[in-house]
Amino acid sequence: MAPPAHQSHRSPSPSQPSGKGEVSDLKLQLRQLAGSRAPGADDSKRELFKKVISYMTIGIDVSSLFSEMVMCSATSDIVLKKMCYLYVNNYAKSNPDLALLTINFLQKDCKDEDPMIRGLALRSLCSLRVANLVEYLVEPLRSGLRDGSSYVRIVAATGVLKLYHISTSTCIDGDFPSLLKQLMLNDPDTQVVANCLFALQEIWSSEASTSDEASRERDGLLSKPFIYYLLNRIKDFSEWAQCLVLELVAKYIPLDSNEIFDIMNLLEDRLQHANGAVVLATIKLFLQLTLSMTDVHQQVYERIKAPLLTLASTGSQEQSYAVLAHLHLLVMRAPMLFSSDYKHFYCHYNEPSYVKKLKLEMLTAVANEDNTYEIVTELCEYAANVDIPIARESIRAVGKIALQQYDVNAIVDRLLQFLEMEKDYVTAETLVLIKDLLRKYPQWSHDCIAVVGNISSNNVQEPKAKAALIWMLGEYAQDMADAPYILESMIENWEEEDSAEVRLHLLTATMKCFFRRPPETQKALGAALATGIADFHQDVHDRALFYYRLLQHNVSVAERVVNPPKQAVSVFADTQSSEIKDRVFDEFNSLSVVYQKPSYMFTDKEHRGPFEFSEEVGHLSIQAPATDNVILAQRVEENDKDLLLSTSQREDAGAVSNNGSAYDAPLYDGSSSLLAVSSAPPSTSASQPSFDIDDLLGLSLQPAPAPLPPSPPVLHLNAKAVLDPGTFQQKWRQLPISLSQDFCMTPLGVASLTTPQTLLKHMQGHSIQCIASGGQAPNFKYFFFAQKVDDKSLYLVECIINTSSGKAQIKIKADDQSTAQAFSDLLQSALSKFGMP
Amino acid sequence: MISQFFVLSQRGDNIVFRDYRGDVPKGSTEIFFRKVKFWKEDGEEEAPPVFNIDGVNYFHVKMVGLLFVANTRVNVSPSLVLELLQRIARVIKDYLGVLSEDSLRKNFVLVYELLDEVIDFGYVQTTSTELLKSYVFNEPIVVDAARLPALGPASLFMQGTKRMPGTAVTKSVVANEPGGRKREEIFVDIIEKISVTFSSSGYILTSEIDGTIQMKSYLTGNPEIRLALNEDVAIGRGGRSIYDYSSSAGSGAVILDDCNFHESVNLDSFDLDRTLTLVPSDGEFPVMNYRMTQEFKPPFRVNALIEEAGPLRAEVIIKIRAEFLSNITSNSISVQMPLPMYTTRVSFELEPGSIGQTTDFKEANRKLEWNLKKIVGGAEHTLRAKLTFSQEWHGNITKEAGPVSMLFTIPMYNASRLQVKYLQIAKKSQSYNPYRWVRYVTQANSYVARI
Repeated sequence: MAPPAHQSHRSPSPSQPSGKGEVSDLKLQLRQLAGSRAPGADDSKRELFKKVISYMTIGIDVSSLFSEMVMCSATSDIVLKKMCYLYVNNYAKSNPDLALLTINFLQKDCKDEDPMIRGLALRSLCSLRVANLVEYLVEPLRSGLRDGSSYVRIVAATGVLKLYHISTSTCIDGDFPSLLKQLMLNDPDTQVVANCLFALQEIWSSEASTSDEASRERDGLLSKPFIYYLLNRIKDFSEWAQCLVLELVAKYIPLDSNEIFDIMNLLEDRLQHANGAVVLATIKLFLQLTLSMTDVHQQVYERIKAPLLTLASTGSQEQSYAVLAHLHLLVMRAPMLFSSDYKHFYCHYNEPSYVKKLKLEMLTAVANEDNTYEIVTELCEYAANVDIPIARESIRAVGKIALQQYDVNAIVDRLLQFLEMEKDYVTAETLVLIKDLLRKYPQWSHDCIAVVGNISSNNVQEPKAKAALIWMLGEYAQDMADAPYILESMIENWEEEDSAEVRLHLLTATMKCFFRRPPETQKALGAALATGIADFHQDVHDRALFYYRLLQHNVSVAERVVNPPKQAVSVFADTQSSEIKDRVFDEFNSLSVVYQKPSYMFTDKEHRGPFEFSEEVGHLSIQAPATDNVILAQRVEENDKDLLLSTSQREDAGAVSNNGSAYDAPLYDGSSSLLAVSSAPPSTSASQPSFDIDDLLGLSLQPAPAPLPPSPPVLHLNAKAVLDPGTFQQKWRQLPISLSQDFCMTPLGVASLTTPQTLLKHMQGHSIQCIASGGQAPNFKYFFFAQKVDDKSLYLVECIINTSSGKAQIKIKADDQSTAQAFSDLLQSALSKFGMP
Repeated sequence: MISQFFVLSQRGDNIVFRDYRGDVPKGSTEIFFRKVKFWKEDGEEEAPPVFNIDGVNYFHVKMVGLLFVANTRVNVSPSLVLELLQRIARVIKDYLGVLSEDSLRKNFVLVYELLDEVIDFGYVQTTSTELLKSYVFNEPIVVDAARLPALGPASLFMQGTKRMPGTAVTKSVVANEPGGRKREEIFVDIIEKISVTFSSSGYILTSEIDGTIQMKSYLTGNPEIRLALNEDVAIGRGGRSIYDYSSSAGSGAVILDDCNFHESVNLDSFDLDRTLTLVPSDGEFPVMNYRMTQEFKPPFRVNALIEEAGPLRAEVIIKIRAEFLSNITSNSISVQMPLPMYTTRVSFELEPGSIGQTTDFKEANRKLEWNLKKIVGGAEHTLRAKLTFSQEWHGNITKEAGPVSMLFTIPMYNASRLQVKYLQIAKKSQSYNPYRWVRYVTQANSYVARI
């Protein structure tokens, strides 16, 4: 805090006075004033208190004034009182003994006739955060909850939560939660209700793990009567409390679609609220409610578009960023629904780059046959932008659109025009893109290579771009007259090349060039291998040595290893799994959306948000008797995917085709995938290694294409396990995949699988229950679950069976990862017995 | 739920600091400030408004050269916290009349009083200036707005360019005026930010108006107010908001893509006769926000040209024409244009007899700047600039320069033609006749001409 002007003369730095001298000065002055009843004493006290608080604000320790401050606080001046409370609350925790001094006057004030004083004192009393003072707190708090003034009750409701954090046992033993509940259900003041609600949410969710009662109470918040009690007076709540209520209602599971429509109609006008937080909370609610109704869900998208765009353009830059992040999420899930709104995603020259980045990604996503030309034209303008990072992003965006397969020809021309701009960073980005483009569409090689061949390698400095250029030199050596000589001159400058990636590419490209144009490249290859073997970098050294020995062993084998016929890459791996994207969508209207990752990646368990508890309740909007939910659960899953998961489906398709090629390709194809590594990002980011490892396991544990003989099951399953679809759905989203395997059905099994139901009964006999199934021949899809007898941990299974190929794809998720394999054996043994008489 | 709230100065000093939950370790203000000041991540130079350091999420909003910050460990709604920060600033402004470092420093005790009531244990209680009045006892120490030093262009603290132009009203809603009695008055401002992109041939590529009807009431006793807009205002384009320039041109109607309203606004008769009824609470608040992509006549035409004039030379010609009526004057116009990287020198040539115009070549970021104090409707102004390069240039010079961007303010002009037809105040007595001010202002948001 700003010290008054004259202070600055005394201390060397006006903003950070050293403090010591000033504090003891203050102490003296406060003492003199403590007992004074002289006229004007309060004014002098005010000035002194101000100084103390200003020191406190800038971080100078003024706790040594505690007793003087308390002495001076015997006053009727409310401004002085407030300053004193502020001071006391700041230092009580670190000076519990001194804090005791304040109890007396705080307790007295709690009985003041002015409700404001009562409220202020109670708030301060509850904010002391000193555990051994709670005994003085209980009674004032109890009477506060019954106070005639709503101001005091508001303070008291929050006070209970504060008490809970200071001393859990005092709060629970004093039966405060049930007092709060009473208040919440009966108080006429909505702010009291709102404060009771958040206090109880916090208390019950943290108690739920140890107390069944708390867990029941917590779930009770989502009961129909209570939800309607809140919804019916939604407009009486303050805008902030409305957000709280809407968040809660988003977890409520309506009985049927009529109820869903009732709620949506009731809250429709909340979408026109000027407060963005209210609008986003409403949108979340609408999205969650309609998950199982494809058509309505799509209408919701149409409905929320305009309000979101309005919020994004009318608020401050910071607010519009938060809104755009949410819009971004929706655009990524359903790009086709936004394809006609692309102009809204054009960048303004003066927007901060964090906003531009989001917009560029949205522009890329919504590009389709109709708008690509205009979008690319706009992006090309940004490529010449003075803002270099954005110029780069824009070029990458053009490349991504090209890879999305729309109108590729015209884009290729425009990408090539970037090279004519002769700006280093533009050239660099473009080269990387052209390389990816050629890997996907080798048919463009002719056009591209003609232009790329004209680029002087001296103008390309960035490692990624250089590597891309070298890759093209090797790959298209026969089309580029100078290829061997360019490579040769690069090899001569080997020592100056800092990037190991570039050197690796140089080795491989020289090898490829050699096989295509041996006489011209022989000398360069010799030099490359010699310098490569002498390279200090382990990978470079190893690769050079490997090539050298390979050539020594057999030149034609070496050619098959380095230069095999290649298939075009159909889909590049996406960086985020669809699981993660779904989790982020579930956490709509939270930081997860801004960070673009689910909450477990950036925050610890107890801080996932006040509403995290209801995660387990699930997203199924309809809970029906067991026979129905088999189909319903399936429908939810499917609808959700059909409408929204075009991205993840694309990626699924990619994953499948990648796996496929990994399998079909002969062993020696390995070296070309070494090259691919540099450009295709790893399928999952480093922060979730379990996924990678599981996938690897999945591959390496691939059973031989014959049914496994049933191994003796060590695992005992509960024959009567029960699980509701909602919990299943939730768990399925939360757990990582433990195992993912392919399984060959026995011919008998395939023959018996005429309708989905036949398998259900069979699996039931093996204590594996089905929760949802569907499909028609030849494709059947099942969701199974099973429960371990001893510790009740669950196994969830997705099983897709294709009867024409006789193959089953199995994905297993387990509470207890270590027994996933054992369960898988059990499951496969059960499957292999299917159809046997 | 938030853990701490604080306001930092440009230098990183705490002006206000309040800890609500005690679950964020000490030193958070320094950790935050260092991160924002030296932000360099993902090639971005500017810290996003939300980021996470060691499990603590920091939210910040830049206003009048200050950083308003909140943090939390919980996965909260980012919109809620950012909106809250904005509202806290607005409440403080309502109380202090002027929001500035100086006024905050002089009134920090009052600010603490407000913060105590606005947030309790991290949960928002109220941000209504009206409600807060009964709990706040400090009298504001009013800072003279005229003496406020202009904020330097310290890049880190540049005010958001999307910021609404400040209204001239710098009175506190609570402080009494020197004369003793409060003056009964109400201000209604129609503020429009316009974005236009012209192609190199002068054709309008995109255009948008983001508008706000902002109200600030100093009326005692909260009388009801009726605000009538032009009756031909229509909302939504057949229910869908699709960019479509051809559909509505010439029909004369004002077609808004979408709008939203303040809580206190009663829309019962809006569909019928386009009137809004409300009981304005104290303080400044937006009655209605709206967005429009319907075609409109841009206030300025901009033509820019760059031509090579020899191996190391080029010439830039920028022409702007004000296409509004001559009784309207735009002020503080600034035209900027990035120049080719190898530009070393620029000599400017203004039209003869020009007054109130300055030119500059910012060498650090190779930018041409042309500032005009005012432009009268119908006038046209031209700037010629001769550039000298340090090396010969190949390729297409138009790809090396531009686009031209323009900032301006035009008082008493609105591009959308949305109007407040009348402002009716429920009368308490015959003699009750408060001052009513309805003002229009248009400001450039992103006004760009490509070359």
